[in-house]
Amino acid sequence: MSGLRPTGDTGEPGGATPDDGPVVDAGHEVTTYLCIGCPLGCRLEVEESAEHEIVEVRGFSCRRGERFARQEHTDPRRTVTTTVAVTGARIPRLPVRTAAPLPKGLVRALCDRLASVRVAAPVRRGEVVLADALGSGIDVVASRDLDRTDAG
Amino acid sequence: MSASRPARPRRVYDVAVVGAGPAGMAAAAGARQAGAERVLLVDREPETGGILNQCIHSGFGLHHFGEELTGPEFAQRAFAEMVDDGLDVLTDSFVVDRDADDELSVMSAEHGVLRVAAGAIVLASGARERTRGAIRIPGSRPAGVMTAGLAQHLVNVRGLLPGRRAVILGSGDIGLIMARRLTLEGIEVAGVFELLAHANGLTRNIVECLDDFDIPLHLSTTVVEVHGRDRVEGVTVAPVGPGLEPLLDRARFVPCDTVLLSIGLLPEAELARSLGARIDPVTRGPVVSSTMETTRPGVFAAGNSVHIHDLVDFVVEEAQLAGRSAAAHVLGGSAPRDNVTLVPGENVRYCVPHTISTDREHTVYLRVRRPLERSWLRLGDAYEKRLRYVVPAEMVTVKVRPRFLEGFSSEALRVDVVPREEG
Repeated sequence: MSGLRPTGDTGEPGGATPDDGPVVDAGHEVTTYLCIGCPLGCRLEVEESAEHEIVEVRGFSCRRGERFARQEHTDPRRTVTTTVAVTGARIPRLPVRTAAPLPKGLVRALCDRLASVRVAAPVRRGEVVLADALGSGIDVVASRDLDRTDAG
Repeated sequence: MSASRPARPRRVYDVAVVGAGPAGMAAAAGARQAGAERVLLVDREPETGGILNQCIHSGFGLHHFGEELTGPEFAQRAFAEMVDDGLDVLTDSFVVDRDADDELSVMSAEHGVLRVAAGAIVLASGARERTRGAIRIPGSRPAGVMTAGLAQHLVNVRGLLPGRRAVILGSGDIGLIMARRLTLEGIEVAGVFELLAHANGLTRNIVECLDDFDIPLHLSTTVVEVHGRDRVEGVTVAPVGPGLEPLLDRARFVPCDTVLLSIGLLPEAELARSLGARIDPVTRGPVVSSTMETTRPGVFAAGNSVHIHDLVDFVVEEAQLAGRSAAAHVLGGSAPRDNVTLVPGENVRYCVPHTISTDREHTVYLRVRRPLERSWLRLGDAYEKRLRYVVPAEMVTVKVRPRFLEGFSSEALRVDVVPREEG
């Protein structure tokens, strides 16, 4: 729920073990993230002061990695993709997506909200299925066209 | 054979493309752009797009469209971009075989059985998932054991949930994507179990599909037995030793009613085989030249039906080449024959294409056997290139330019990916 949970430990005993890490000032907290930028999969560390200011970002091997660590630490976001019910089309589900990445903490709540959304074919790709989802300012849009069929 | 056979409708094309997924659409477009006037695109599904239509997650098209799209978005944009009015699209149709007159027999829901005479064929039939039989999991045979891709179809297209508590065997990307998908649909995912010591999927999917939802990934662990009579009641899992042998004294029971298998894809090469094309025992797809021609002249192939790709963008690139080559085969102007065979050497599982020529530039795709942090890619002793990081799960793409092979006069070029010392 909070984006602060250390990632990268796969839960496998004897696998990834948290190392002792560098010596950190009293009151500082270090959070680790696994970089998703490329197959290198750098273990990123974000050190935060007691006042929740980022003191240092470590462990990246490129600028993208550093940017990802800061973003992931301060405001983690995800593009949400799921389906909603659709009537009158050849198939019963319409794939949808958030038009922009949504704050990570809202992902589950959005999927719960979309469970009660029902649209009628025809639908066009990009059509707004749920506007300003959960007050985030982000729309949920259709990922594809679905024509109306007689069967509906 | 028999004179009394009823006449079947016959159609004549320059190029016939089998499969209308991303590879088929791109091959058809490539053929059209290279001047083929009559192009047929056949697919057994009711619509074009292939597997993309059920891959509702995002991550497609960064290379080709310059933005991150979902599968259905990619399919629809590819259709708009690649399928023009001069192209005949035949959905709900299946290519059965090629008869003695070199004509394709196409079974169509709308038209019955058609005979199709084509100057060239492009096979773009994609891949199939490996199933339980491929890895012989012991135990009973209850309902609830299925491939991750089937579950994806059920959930994303049909709106059906496969169970209430799932175990996923294999850490391929489809399995990881489905772990998130099931979780968001209210199904509990007890864990992902991977035989090898490293995950098969992209790091990004480990983070966004497993870590985000606290789904445990158990490496060096596998399913050793399936329990249940009518329906899955659970699985026994066990860690594996260095030789991948299950350590049964450390086995434990995991209750579940669904087992998803994400244990790899195999090229769908049935038609290629029946046409007499040579099959590579490693890729399990047809052997192809630098123009994506199989060992049967006039029969080309592209996409996952040749070798399994990670990114649809590379499928499109490869398939456009196959389509252009098919058109050239019909219209004349084919490229000179290849004069060099690529031989997978140290830490290289396979190379596609299998042969190249020294007179022009080629894109060669290869897969390594084991991860290396810093390495050299070597083409015989003619050329070497630094690679930063290689893993089996990510295809390596190399441009091979004529000047790399200046002075190279042998017929076989060994391709190695070897460790590189620091500095």
